[in-house]
Amino acid sequence: MTAQTQRRSAALNVLLISVLVVWMAMAAFPFLWTLWGSFKVEGDFFSKADWFNALKGPLTLEETGSVFTGAGYHGAWIKEAFGLAAINTVIVCIFVVTISLTFGTLGGYALSRSTYRYTFWFLIIALIFRAMPPITLVSGYLPVFFKWNMWGNLSTAIVVLVAINQPFTLWMLHSFFKNIPKDLDESAMVDGCNRFQAFRHVIVPVMWPGVITTGLFSFLLAYNDFAVTAMILSQENQTMVPKIASFLGTTQTKGNVMFAVAAVVSVTAPLFVMIMFFQRQIVSGLTAGAVKG
Amino acid sequence: MKHKTFFWFVLPSSLAMLLFIFVPIVSVLVQSVYVDHAQVIKEVENCGPFGCTTTTAVDQEATQALQQASPLGRFAGLDTYLDRSHLAIDEVAAAWNRSTGIGDFFDKLVNLPFYKAMSFTLAYTFIVTPLVIIVGFIIAVAVNSATRKIRGPLIFFSLLPMMVTPLVGSLIIFWMVDARGVVGAALQYLAGDPDLSVKASTPLTWVMLMVYGVWHSAPFAFIVYYAGLQTVNNDTLESAMIDGASRWEQIRYVVIPHLLPLTTFIALMQLMDNFRVFEPIVSFSASAHATSLSWAIYNDLGGETRQLSSAAATSVLTILGIAILLTPVLIRTWRDFSRK
Repeated sequence: MTAQTQRRSAALNVLLISVLVVWMAMAAFPFLWTLWGSFKVEGDFFSKADWFNALKGPLTLEETGSVFTGAGYHGAWIKEAFGLAAINTVIVCIFVVTISLTFGTLGGYALSRSTYRYTFWFLIIALIFRAMPPITLVSGYLPVFFKWNMWGNLSTAIVVLVAINQPFTLWMLHSFFKNIPKDLDESAMVDGCNRFQAFRHVIVPVMWPGVITTGLFSFLLAYNDFAVTAMILSQENQTMVPKIASFLGTTQTKGNVMFAVAAVVSVTAPLFVMIMFFQRQIVSGLTAGAVKG
Repeated sequence: MKHKTFFWFVLPSSLAMLLFIFVPIVSVLVQSVYVDHAQVIKEVENCGPFGCTTTTAVDQEATQALQQASPLGRFAGLDTYLDRSHLAIDEVAAAWNRSTGIGDFFDKLVNLPFYKAMSFTLAYTFIVTPLVIIVGFIIAVAVNSATRKIRGPLIFFSLLPMMVTPLVGSLIIFWMVDARGVVGAALQYLAGDPDLSVKASTPLTWVMLMVYGVWHSAPFAFIVYYAGLQTVNNDTLESAMIDGASRWEQIRYVVIPHLLPLTTFIALMQLMDNFRVFEPIVSFSASAHATSLSWAIYNDLGGETRQLSSAAATSVLTILGIAILLTPVLIRTWRDFSRK
């Protein structure tokens, strides 16, 4: 912006650079620190004597014979069956993303094309639903789920997450479809398509950028959810995030905290990769609502 | 679009929202005015060689029958709302009568579970939201001034705190702030107090939760502002410069007005998200020092006895809270829309 039009004073430059350095340290350091520490034993990662131990790992060397140890990962994945939770998470995420996007594209497209006033009310109601903390709904679910024997299943969690996801998905896809010119599908309808055929043959081929962006956020919601999944999944069907929370309750014995540390790193890794590949889509998704009003 | 076509297109998603958002809200409302049936007690006479004793026992059959007759439970009206773990009318009145001053009254008030949760939730919402906006803006200006080449990695790392699972992100911070962790050790060194523990002190726990909140949400404000900065009109900026505006004046009179609509958007999203603060309290095991409305619901629902009525009442109060919070925004949206 102003970089080309005006020289910055040295003092300002120093200030800007220090802001960047401090922020980068705050944003990145906790993750690198935890990644490094996950290969140590508890006595080093939580060192009473000297925090420097977490870097060098003298106790790790003493206990395991090497500076790095995979004991935390072994404990989490093998002993505590974290892999099962990972599979559950994968199932939940795949279904939630697919179903949300199918429902969302249909609804979002209709909302962007209809000119009647009720679309406004529809979107406002969706916004109100979006504003409600999901956990406020849980006490409404539980009695029904118990009665109909639906509690604890992955499929129940999927349906609930899809529903909670809908308001956001609709808003996002609605603003995205608004940017696709109306002429496109209308000319198809002049040529004899009905609304659905126009959607199927003209809109679907050009909607993928918006769908991918929305899908990323649907995925994040399903992947990150704790409030709902912790309450409606049974012990053996737990996904990764509630599983970590249950580690915390049972890991008071020595060394088991490292299971949780290893599990935390395992949960974060896929998100790292996702941001790396989809940075542009994430940024555009975050700003879509704001910039377009 | 014709009404009928519109109907078929929005049917799947409206059905999902109707069944799993709207119906549960109604169900929560109903549950909050009912309580569980009291168990039917019957007297049983046990006669042994040394005479007869009467003991009381739960009459399972009668309790079952009662449950069958009205599965919702006993109608209690607003009792659940007014009891000690919610609005606590009696306790508040007593505290009001007995307290020596307004400060003393508030001290007594925040000892009641609902007001404790409410005070932290509101403090968190109204402290973290403005801080997120300010910090996000500063980072956006700094990143925008960096050379183009390093902006990609800068944005990548900036996104991390926001994208990572809240429960996991707060655990990572919690382990570092632990008295045996790296930040905890640094704080002890800085304060010159080897026994300093953030976990053990209420004010420090509040500060830590809020610092986590800013750390988690600042990237969102940053990204929105950063995108906004890309669209600042260069001509306006240049003419301001030619007219002799200093750098600060350029920001004050050109950039900030340009970013103002974005601020409304960020504030709206942040108010919604901060009001539901929950995961960090679980991760930090901070419930002795700070609870939130969402945590109160979670606490009622978890454990051996699921207190559905109590959780439902807190849920209704939470929904009312968020409605009050959002009313100004909704009224504004309505005005904007009517004008169009």
